[in-house]
Amino acid sequence: MNEYISLSMILFAIGATGVLVRRNAIVIFMCIELMLNATNLAFVSFSRQHGNLDGQIAAFFVMVVAAAEVVVGLAIIVSIYRTRRSASVDNASLLKF
Amino acid sequence: MIVFWVLAPVMVLAALGLVFARKAVHGALCLAVVMISLAMLYAVQDAPFLFAVQIIVYTGAIMMLFLFVLMLVGVDTSDSVVETIRGQRLFATIIGLLFGITAVIAVGQTVALTVTGLEQANANGNPYGLAELLFGRFVLAFEFTSALLITAALGAMVLGHRERLSPKKTQRDYAAMRMQAYAADGKHPGPAPTPGVYARHNAVDTPALLPDGTPSELSISATLRQRGQVREGFDDDIHDIAKQIEGGEQ
Repeated sequence: MNEYISLSMILFAIGATGVLVRRNAIVIFMCIELMLNATNLAFVSFSRQHGNLDGQIAAFFVMVVAAAEVVVGLAIIVSIYRTRRSASVDNASLLKF
Repeated sequence: MIVFWVLAPVMVLAALGLVFARKAVHGALCLAVVMISLAMLYAVQDAPFLFAVQIIVYTGAIMMLFLFVLMLVGVDTSDSVVETIRGQRLFATIIGLLFGITAVIAVGQTVALTVTGLEQANANGNPYGLAELLFGRFVLAFEFTSALLITAALGAMVLGHRERLSPKKTQRDYAAMRMQAYAADGKHPGPAPTPGVYARHNAVDTPALLPDGTPSELSISATLRQRGQVREGFDDDIHDIAKQIEGGEQ
């Protein structure tokens, strides 16, 4: 059980580092997805440890929320790219112009 | 457990690949590897329903959407190497490492080792148990997700919508434009001649021949002409081609 949670923690840390290090908005988004996936792994592992399915339900809801988040986030990235011709998060720091 | 020890290094390497990949497309492929491996770990951990959902929703829908937007936004948009905050990368890496090490140690010291297993909860099958919870205790949350999904779809439509600044040109407008071009500088209003007419080949790189035997520039795509890939087509080049083919076979 410890191995699964540790793997989940490692993946979460890698995803968090990616969010801090990378500048491309799409790559940052993919790192956020990696973090959500890592938490899902922890949910499923804890569900097996405790012997009830609540954790799997939580993972299911995380997936639904992630899908909605990706749809809106990618639409925002595309609309920013349309006005600025760049997907770098540094350029969009002023929230206008 | 064998599955875990095979997949865990692959997943960690792929996750590192996502962070370090220079091109966003390579990062997306690494993320797909992580997600598929994760689906297999779900299958190992008595969660067959989540295994299917992970494959369908994540690797199917979400990764497809990511790649679609990557292609739309431009595959060549690479990261800027300039740091806006000095030393940010270094500190971020250190903090990430510290966080990962601390979390793994904390997990190793605190998580209890008694694993109940899901045999009892999955007695009627995993989807049955999940459905009982989803439409029983969590039915309100389930209803809220439907509201969330509708809102997200509407938001994406609003964000993706672009106002048309000029009216859309109809077929009639295009016909009028062609006739005006014909009146102004004599440009032929009909379609351009197809390649290969009266020539020896009818391939796209062979220009059509005019009645006097000269090649028609209009019948060839401008891209091919710029690349210098236009075939001459009316000299006795058939012998050269035959020689080339025979030379290639020998």
